[in-house]
Amino acid sequence: MATGQSKSGTTAHSAADGGHKAEFPPFNKDTFASQLVSFAIAFALLYLIVSRFALPRVGGILATRQAAIDTDLNEAARLRDESDKALKAYETELADARAKAQAIANDVRDKLNAEQEQLRKSLDERLAAQLVEAEKTIAVTRQSAMGNVRAIAAEAATAIVERLTGSNPNAGAVNAALDASLKG
Amino acid sequence: MADPIHQFEIQKIFSLGHIGNQEIAFTNSSAYMLGAVGIIGLLMIGGSAGKRLVPDRMQSVAELSYEFVANTMRSSIGEEGMKFFPFVFSLFMFVLTANLIGIIPYTFTVTSHLIVTLALALMVFLTVLIYGIYKNGLGFFKLFVPHGIPIYILPLIMVIEIISFLSRPVSHSVRLFANMLAGHITLKVFAGFVTSLSALGALGIFGAVLPLAMTTALTALELLVAFLQAYVFTILTCIYLNDALHPGH
Repeated sequence: MATGQSKSGTTAHSAADGGHKAEFPPFNKDTFASQLVSFAIAFALLYLIVSRFALPRVGGILATRQAAIDTDLNEAARLRDESDKALKAYETELADARAKAQAIANDVRDKLNAEQEQLRKSLDERLAAQLVEAEKTIAVTRQSAMGNVRAIAAEAATAIVERLTGSNPNAGAVNAALDASLKG
Repeated sequence: MADPIHQFEIQKIFSLGHIGNQEIAFTNSSAYMLGAVGIIGLLMIGGSAGKRLVPDRMQSVAELSYEFVANTMRSSIGEEGMKFFPFVFSLFMFVLTANLIGIIPYTFTVTSHLIVTLALALMVFLTVLIYGIYKNGLGFFKLFVPHGIPIYILPLIMVIEIISFLSRPVSHSVRLFANMLAGHITLKVFAGFVTSLSALGALGIFGAVLPLAMTTALTALELLVAFLQAYVFTILTCIYLNDALHPGH
């Protein structure tokens, strides 16, 4: 096409005129009908191609893409909500566990305290009982020791009086003397 | 110097028949129109063939075109205007592709012919008119009676509104046509300087640097214009279609 045009050069100009006065090509009425017919055919063809095939297809592609983007965005939002929910659940669970641990610790401490208290009390009681026992033993021992001291003193007094006087004093006098001295 | 008008010539490739006395021919213009349609079809259908969730380059271009036109329409007409989406999309892609093909050297620019841009604009105009009356009945003509206008200047305003409505297809088509035509003539003229100057010898070659730089810069500008005019054509189409949907404003 291009070579044909350039080859024809300036001679084509006069040849195309066909003997008419040289006319400005866009205003040459002889070509109007041909151009209108070819334009009508070309534009009708273009309209057919565009409206039947091209635009529905491109529009479909764009719609599909938009749908895909929307779906993905919704999916992302859903996943974010899910992770938020999971985080919240984790936090409540953590708080629960912490509270439970606290409760268990308190329980154990209370129980140990109570046990210890019990133990201490029973020990106290046992010790008190032993103390009472020991005091009793001491009292008995002292009682008996005191009794023995009187007998020994009476014996010693009787022996001393016998040695000094040569006569055996009667028991009543010795006891009276002992009582008097024990009292003093 | 090369003829800057030559690039706009219609060359017959073969004849298709006659309507009355008028010969209907398959021309270079027809070939470029079908080429543009082929490229758009290839881009949109080939690009979307993979139906990838993560697009590759071709699919990305197809999706970008789709979303660009869709967003333009949504912001100017609203969701109910989307029934015109295939129509507006076809217009935008046709004009844009034809404009962009035209920038390639030695090619023909379909949109540099007034009859083509007029056909495009009239198509929009008739769509607005027919759909507007079909949807709103006589209410469509409220378009010419703006709200809040004092009654004594209303007739004047109505005349102005009607004239501006009727001149829409003219401005709509001439804007695109004139932009493409003027841009390509300018490009060709500057490019012609390069060849004629460099034919003058060493000094000429040195001097040709300036128009060469200009041609390069203009090509970049024309790329921008090619896109911008396609966009302007599309946004005006949207604004006109909005009138068909909501004539009360």
